[in-house]
Order: sequence, then C-alpha cells, then structure tokens
Amino acid sequence: MDEILDGLTQIDCDILVIGGGTAGPMAALKAKKKNPKANVVLLDKANVKRSGAISMGMDGLNNSVIPGYATPEQYTKEITVANDGICDQAAVYRYAQECYGIIQELDDFGIRFQKDQNGEYDVKKVHHIGTYVLPMPNGDTVKKALYRQLRKARINIVNRYMATRLLTGEGRIAGAVCVNTRTAEFLVVRAKAVIMGLGAAGRLGLPTSGYLYGTYENASNSGEGYAMAYHAGAGLANLECYQINPLIKDYNGPACAYVAGPMGGYTANAQGERFIECDYWSGQMMQEFYDELQGGKGPVYLKLNHLAEETISEIERVLHIVERPTRGHFHKGRGTDYRKQMIEMHISEIGFCSGHSASGVFVDEHARTTIPGLYAAGDMANVPHNYMLGAFTNGAFAGLDAADFIADVDFAAFDEAEVEAERTRVLAPTKRDDGIPPNQIEYKTRRLVNDYLQPPKVTAKMELAQERFEEVREDMEQGMYVRDSHELMRALEASSILDCADMAASASLYRTESRWGLYHNRVEYDRDDENWFCHTILTKGDDGKPAHRKQEVKPYIVEIAEDEKDAYNNQRVGASVAAE
Amino acid sequence: MPLAQTATTVPVTVNADLCIADKGCTVCVDVCPLDVLRIAETEDGSKTAYMKYDECWYCMPCEADCPTGAVTVNLPYLLK
Ligand SMILES: Cc1cc2nc3c(=O)[nH]c(=O)nc-3n(C[C@H](O)[C@H](O)[C@H](O)COP(=O)(O)OP(=O)(O)OC[C@H]3O[C@@H](n4cnc5c(N)ncnc54)[C@H](O)[C@@H]3O)c2cc1C
Repeated sequence: MDEILDGLTQIDCDILVIGGGTAGPMAALKAKKKNPKANVVLLDKANVKRSGAISMGMDGLNNSVIPGYATPEQYTKEITVANDGICDQAAVYRYAQECYGIIQELDDFGIRFQKDQNGEYDVKKVHHIGTYVLPMPNGDTVKKALYRQLRKARINIVNRYMATRLLTGEGRIAGAVCVNTRTAEFLVVRAKAVIMGLGAAGRLGLPTSGYLYGTYENASNSGEGYAMAYHAGAGLANLECYQINPLIKDYNGPACAYVAGPMGGYTANAQGERFIECDYWSGQMMQEFYDELQGGKGPVYLKLNHLAEETISEIERVLHIVERPTRGHFHKGRGTDYRKQMIEMHISEIGFCSGHSASGVFVDEHARTTIPGLYAAGDMANVPHNYMLGAFTNGAFAGLDAADFIADVDFAAFDEAEVEAERTRVLAPTKRDDGIPPNQIEYKTRRLVNDYLQPPKVTAKMELAQERFEEVREDMEQGMYVRDSHELMRALEASSILDCADMAASASLYRTESRWGLYHNRVEYDRDDENWFCHTILTKGDDGKPAHRKQEVKPYIVEIAEDEKDAYNNQRVGASVAAE
Repeated sequence: MPLAQTATTVPVTVNADLCIADKGCTVCVDVCPLDVLRIAETEDGSKTAYMKYDECWYCMPCEADCPTGAVTVNLPYLLK
C-alpha cells in the first residue's frame, strides 16, 4: 500500500456524487429513487461508512422546522436576520418547508430523535427567536442507518478516491478527475451530472494547538470542493463570511451549548456571568465573544457547574458518546469535571462553511451551481446556516433535480488535454528527488492565514498575506516533494488549502464594509447597506486569479420588519440598559 | 537532501495481543477518515495495526469499530 503506481481508468455514470458524508448519500439515494435505471456513483476520499462530519453521529438537528414548534416563514426570517440580511430566501424557504419530510424519512431509516411522552418530537429553543433544535441522544446511529440505505438502493460506492478537478465541456459539466489515495492511480469519471458534497474548507486556519488536524471540521474536508468549483469556473458566494466558532480551547471541538443550553448551561465570562443572551452561533455572537476577551473579562467558558447532578450526567452521556466522543477524554486529562469547573472556550481559526455561516459555492433552491449539470449541497454550498439537516435536505434537492437533468442530455465532450494537464499537475511532486514535504507547505499557508486573515481584518495585513501566499505557491509548484501516495493526497490537499487561502484574502478585500459581526469585521470600514447590501460572487478570472462581482439579493419572500432586522445585533445581556 | 526523522508520539495505539490483523482484519484501517492506520508485519511474521501517519482527528471510528477492543484513541499531545 501507498506505493505510487502509474495508471488511468475511465468509467461512465449518469450521476457522479462526490463526497459521501451527509449531503452526498442523501443526494445519491434521492436520485436513484427517482430514476432507478440511473447509474449513480458515490465517490469519497475516505470510506463512506465512517466519513464526514457525522462519522461518529450527531447530538442533534440544529435547525429543524417542525409543525407546532416553528413555521417555514419564521425560520426563513430568523436565518435571514442571523445572516445579516444577505440571503436569497428561496433556498432557505424551500428547505424550511421540506425538511420535516426529510426528518420523517430519517426516522424511517432508524435514526432516533428525542420524543416526549406522547411520541412527539421534543424540540428545544437555542436560537434567538424560534425553536428548532431537535436532540438526538442516540445520534450515533446516523451514519450506520444511512449506509444501510445506500447498500439497499444499490448505489455504487467508490472509496479512497479523491476528486481533484472537475471536467467541463459544451458549457456544462462533463465529469471529474480523481486520484486513488493509496496508489496514486487516476480515475476519470464521465458523468451527465455531478453533485458535490465535499464539506467545509476545514483546514484553512491553523488551530492554536499547532496540530494540523486538530480542526473543528472533519480534517478530511480540506476545501477541494471550493477549489474544484473555482477552477471549473463556478461562482462562489460571500466567502468573506468566514466560519469562526466558539470552541473548547485546545480540543477545538464544540463544547456544546446547543446540547447544554436547553438544560440550563450557558456561555459565561471569567466571573461566571452570562454576557450574551443567545448561544446560537452567528457572526454577531462571535463579535460579543471577542469583545469580552478584549475587554479583559475572559477567558470565556461554558458553565454547567450550577446544574443538578442528573442534568450533568445526562449532558455527559450525550457529549461523551456521540459526535466528538473524545471530549470526555480531553476533560478527564485536564481534570475538568462539569460539576466543579467551567469549560474554557476560545475563538477558533477561520474556515469556509455554509453549514455554520454562509461561505459557499453559489447555488439556487434546486442546489444548482452556475454550471449546468453541476450541483452542490451541504457545508460547501452557500445556503446559510444549513447544518446537518440542511445537508440532507439540500442534498435531496440536488439528487432530485439531477435525476431530471440527465434525462435529456448525453455526456458532454471535454478536452482530453485537461486530463493530461491534471495528471501532470498531480504527479509533479512525485517526479522530484528532493524538496519541501506537503505538511510544511500546509503549515506555512495556514500559519499565514492566522497571522493575516483572522478577523478583525486589516487591509494592509491581507495584502501582505497575498504576497506571502504567492511565495508559498511558487514553492509548492516548483518544489513540493512526496514519497508515497498518501503524501500525495496531502500534497493535493495543500494545494486546495492554498487556493482557499487566496480566495479568503481576495474576497475579504473586495467587500469594503463590515458585516456578519466578527466574520467580516473590517476595522477600516463600517457597515454600508447602500453599497454592499448584496452578495459577492467570486470566480476564476482570465488571469487565473480571483475575480469579483456584486449580485443583488433576491427580493424577500418573507418580509422582515425594520425592528426585527436588528434582533441578532442586540445580543449583549443588558444591552438596552448599557446603551442608556 | 534527506528528509529529517523528527520523532512524534502518536495518539492512536494498538494492543498487539488483542489485534487480529493476523486473521486478515483491517477494520480500523478501512474506517479511518484520514487514512492514517496501516498493518505492520513484525519480524516473527505476525501482523498488527499501527498508526503510520500522525494526522489524527481523534474521532474514534477505529476504536469503536475494532472487533476486539484493541485500538485506543488518545488525544494528540499538542492539544491534550
Ligand atoms: C464537530 C461537529 C459537530 C456538529 N454538530 C452538529 C449538530 O449537533 N447538529 C447539526 O445539525 N449539525 C452539526 N454539525 C454540522 C453538520 O454536521 C454538517 O453541516 C454536515 O454534516 C455537513 O455535511 P456535508 O455533506 O456537507 O459534509 P460531510 O458530511 O463532512 O461530508 C463531506 C465528505 O466529502 C468527502 N471528501 C472531502 N474531500 C473530498 C475529495 N476531494 N474527494 C472525495 N471526497 C471528498 C469527505 O470524506 C466526506 O465524506 C456539526 C459539525 C461538526 C464538524
């Protein structure tokens, strides 16, 4: 294993789904169900059985819209406000209308959600306005249940192939180039439609621990989805709206206020005082977190030590078994007992992720990107705050639409030279006898991301970042060196990470205003609705560098009253008093 | 220029007495999202899983899915 072999195979399929984490499996299932004759291939860099954010399950649906608790209109309004107004509501509204059906399907798959004594879903309030969090105390069942469905539906699963570039031709999608992560052999997949569900760009900033893989996101999500869409010419939206999360310091995973909040836990400063009214993650909330630290009131903690023993043991049971079970090991190692100590938190490094913010490949309410036949769903597609249920539901939309799309088209012809060029690019680090290993290219890129791109954003620093990234790119293209196919996978990831770093700097420089709280806090600029109440769309320019344009926010479907627009800007406890 | 051999302590450990890689088991290698585990052959010809690459998300499928409880996931030293 891991030897570098020379080889190239080509296969054809109707629909290629890249990424078998959360959105991808649902897309594949829906497409196959709608068109049982379609040949659907689900390809993943890892093993679909245990890949992606939900590899160990999840402890809740963070944004379910369940009749009796919330309405699609209310949810659409909440997410629009949480995302500072920059939202094409059609996609959020459709999600809100149809996600309940997806919950019921997941329930039928055997995924268990919390229900009350009457057998009704037991939904909790975490967001500022509405009630959307559905706990899954037995959420470890998610991935297994999904996998069973994939086998039953006879989806062709291809594991340990990493997609590296999309192929296009005739103005639409034509397929993808993939590389085996254990042999370096190539697989060219011709497809009539391609659905991308490659997750967040989770290895963009460097965790403060300095450990490259100590990320919030599953570290196999290194931003290829973003890089591939970019190189194929698709539009990416609002990348400057970074993902920045409040996490357990050093462990760098969720603490997790969404579970503990409804049970009485909350975010507190060093004095144990609550300083934000709502623990739902938003740029505005992160700004308050940042201000608390700057104001000398830190560290910031998750506080549970005032809760009753039964409550604490229930929280432990959930948090230490599901989702990120090593949380329990971590607290034990530090001697942190929820009953006694508070849990120290910090501000994470930056990433791209629409699951928690809004930085993603541009898609509409059918999960269509700007390239015909190419779809994106989940964390990498720009439906704001869409979390796990958004990945499932938008994945479903992609699968359904792709099943129709392939009915009328044949394979698009593509230029064989593109495949050859990609082979040359991919294999370059294997052709050298000496050079810089991928971990050093990656470390340096990500360390520079922290130094220069972590908000608050400063123009001169971001411009310096661009210069440094150029130098690293030169080193990468001329000098990166790998010894086996595993290292080659890391080399390809380093290249995606550098592409994302370039996009992050460029997108942030383009929007000359502040928006989304800390996510795009540009110290030299105030919020400017007159000029910047719009999406920014990033594409690959003719010079091979990011190009930008503004795109209007589509007229709202659900109107928002003037006095509601600020709901997320008034998060500070006692803000009204302090302002007097 | 040879690449340096910098030592590192790895988070995933395998109890060789419990590991059944000898019998052809590769479960932990198969499920790892980061693909960092491999099977080593020792001098006496017996096989055992081990962590070859220090690139761990400390996520736990290797430990949870191991049929004999041979795998333990610790936290990487840098963040523990
Ligand atoms: C620690 C954590 C806790 C969370 N908690 C919650 C919660 O409690 N509730 C909630 O609703 N949401 C939660 N979320 C968010 C939710 O899990 C995600 O939004 C959702 O799972 C994303 O789905 P996805 O399909 O976009 O990505 P993923 O499920 O991560 O799937 C991406 C897939 O792409 C594959 N891939 C990556 N690159 C390539 C490539 N080049 N080629 C081929 N395949 C590739 C990966 O291996 C992976 O399988 C959490 C996320 C994290 C990380």
